[in-house]
Amino acid sequence: MGELKQSSTQIIEPGGSGGAQFATTRLEAVLAWAQKYSLFMYPFVTACCGMEFMAVSSPRYDFSRFGSEAPRFSPRQSDLLWVVGTITQRQAPILKRIYEQMAEPKWVLAFGTCASCGGFYDNYACVAGVDKVIPCDVYVPGCPPRPEAVLDGLMLLQDKIQSGNRTPSIVKPRQDPAVEQNLGLVQLRKSRTSVA
Amino acid sequence: MEPLDQELDEAELEMPTEPMLLNVGPAHPAMHGTVRCVMELSGEIIEHVDVQVGYLHRGFEKMCERGTWSQVFPYVDRCNYVSPMLNNVGFALACEKMLGVTVPERCQWYRMILGELARMSDHLTCDGAMAMELGAFTPFLWMIKAREMIWDLMEEETGARLTHSFGRVGGMASPPTEHLKENARAVVKHILSVIDECEKLLLGNRIFLDRLEGVGVISQADAISLGWTGPCLRATGIPYDVRKSSPYLKYGEVDFDVPVGSASDCFDRFMVRLAEMRQSARIVEQCCERMADSGPVNVSDPRIILPPKEEVYSTIEGTIQHFKIVMEGLKLPAGEVYSYSEGGNGELGFYLVSDGSGTPYRVRIRPPCFLITAGLERVITGAMMADVVPSFGSLNMIGGECDR
Amino acid sequence: MSKALIDLIKKNFASAVLETHALYGDETAVVEASAWKEVARFLRDNATASMDMLTDLTVVDFPEREPRFEIVAHFHSLTKGHRLRVKTRTGDSEGDDAEVDSLTDLWASANWLEREAFDMFGVVFRGHPDLRRILMYPEFEGHPLRKDYPADKIQPLIAYRDVPNIEKVAPFSVDEGMSFGRQTHSRSRHDTDDSQVN
Repeated sequence: MGELKQSSTQIIEPGGSGGAQFATTRLEAVLAWAQKYSLFMYPFVTACCGMEFMAVSSPRYDFSRFGSEAPRFSPRQSDLLWVVGTITQRQAPILKRIYEQMAEPKWVLAFGTCASCGGFYDNYACVAGVDKVIPCDVYVPGCPPRPEAVLDGLMLLQDKIQSGNRTPSIVKPRQDPAVEQNLGLVQLRKSRTSVA
Repeated sequence: MEPLDQELDEAELEMPTEPMLLNVGPAHPAMHGTVRCVMELSGEIIEHVDVQVGYLHRGFEKMCERGTWSQVFPYVDRCNYVSPMLNNVGFALACEKMLGVTVPERCQWYRMILGELARMSDHLTCDGAMAMELGAFTPFLWMIKAREMIWDLMEEETGARLTHSFGRVGGMASPPTEHLKENARAVVKHILSVIDECEKLLLGNRIFLDRLEGVGVISQADAISLGWTGPCLRATGIPYDVRKSSPYLKYGEVDFDVPVGSASDCFDRFMVRLAEMRQSARIVEQCCERMADSGPVNVSDPRIILPPKEEVYSTIEGTIQHFKIVMEGLKLPAGEVYSYSEGGNGELGFYLVSDGSGTPYRVRIRPPCFLITAGLERVITGAMMADVVPSFGSLNMIGGECDR
Repeated sequence: MSKALIDLIKKNFASAVLETHALYGDETAVVEASAWKEVARFLRDNATASMDMLTDLTVVDFPEREPRFEIVAHFHSLTKGHRLRVKTRTGDSEGDDAEVDSLTDLWASANWLEREAFDMFGVVFRGHPDLRRILMYPEFEGHPLRKDYPADKIQPLIAYRDVPNIEKVAPFSVDEGMSFGRQTHSRSRHDTDDSQVN
């Protein structure tokens, strides 16, 4: 909110190429900020990763905390295409069509190994990764990926939206910060399940 | 536009009367997984539907022929991916039938505990998704929360939340953890309370009942002719459950009922699954009581089970055994076998053809929901467009199992 | 699976039964392709057999044999509780002329099961109301589960993107990736410090 006020006062300055450029950059930054925290997603769910997708959307790992709350079941109303699960050769034209129906700016998140690179389905029926048919921005590997990895992928995508970077990148595995700091969350989880 | 006060004979009016073709395409929010229904609609009534599956055909059966017998486990895991343990156990039982080995008692109880928890996870997902598609979002979230608890336990036991690949021919990949029983009991208790809460929310709701009762009806004769098994068949009134009719593992020794419906509509299918979760909870309790706390989990057969690492590094027999199993794959004798167990959707059968080498010759997975989806046509023809949503949800078509 | 069923079939179709066995407890009978439908109908209508469910119908490919395809059907009786496997053989070494009667008018489950068998193996079922591909797309050529179809031969429906390096598009190097978080795999392979690993 503070950011917004700042930029609006900058834009009022007329003329002055330096002033106008500064305003444009701030405007883009504000737009990017707005876009990244209000992603409307199209969940293109096909296979087992769909179960993890359900888990990520459920209250425990909630991705609506990150702003991507609303699944829009029409590609025309969404800007983030979640490709969840294996894409078979039969499904590829449909995926392409859905992608083409989305309006710019649009991003693609490949959820799972099958969507990223085909997984262990090196056969006649599957497409070895969604980037063979549509451009992809973030790859979240895993079979299925842990919900925390998916959230990392979402945060990574938000970083890329903010910086305007369209180079594809992968989510790397990392230690859970809570475990590192030894907050004892794992122990907490155990005691919760074993208390009557 | 014709004037409204003219007396016009219907035959004189030229009205287009061809039915509307609606493509409920492979990417659709109400379709669990990817199924395409090409419907001919006359108003809201569906005159004819062509159900097209195969959008998730991943070539499992062909891939199984390229590896060894134990490399089939990840593939069968991804068949019915909401209850992967049941698939693992089913395939392991098929291989063991061919080999003629019986796993130790402790392993049988362990398989039953994990299998029934997987079945509960399946039914929670199905019922939750059904409720969500009818607009009841809260029970879905509660059931997913309950499912998370099962998955936490699975993660403790097997290392993975969803596709564990934990079964092995002749046992399991690793023995049960020391907290298995207390965790299982706590999880089951919590799930029962979640089911109670969801029942309170849903079963008194007029809208929910109206949308499910009397919708998606199929006759018993049709269901049998279509080869339906599992909760969908039991909702038609036939008490066929593989665990009761041909008990495997220790199902003959535990006490549980088989819930059977009568009206064979969506509501009955919903309630049968809900009741089955309660029965699964009973089974898990009894297995926890009767499972020994120590003892071998894997059968001690050098042909099929990897030896412990200490033996591999210290004895020559261990090294040879390890080498043969890892490099050549475990060898099933030549022949064919059909083994069946109760999967999440019904009779999950494995027809294995072996030529005596370590590579499977043919692995046929008999998918229960392939035939159930074949019956979708019969179920929704003549119904209204809005009835497709609960009907299809109640059939629990899992794309991975249907298309393999 | 009961032996009585095998005897019943042998008695009624003595000329058509080629062999029987009971490997691993599964009673199996192999019949002539010409008698396939009569045997199936008999199994359904006979009071002793009363096979009301066709559990599974599939094909196994033996390319070095002639006839090449073995069509396997599993029957199950809900009322009596017994099961039976009946097989038949058809098809020449090229995979052509693989025809057998359809069982669609006896059991509704045969509809989709036979469509899958046709799709995967190319076995034609005479009298099937709607024999078309079910798991593969209509433009697919060949029958994938045959032993001579290579597993990784793809027939894409749409052209792949014309992007350089499409076989290896995603960045896999160490410095490409997340801007935040400690990267556990950011070290080089030769680093022997494995304290990162939990």
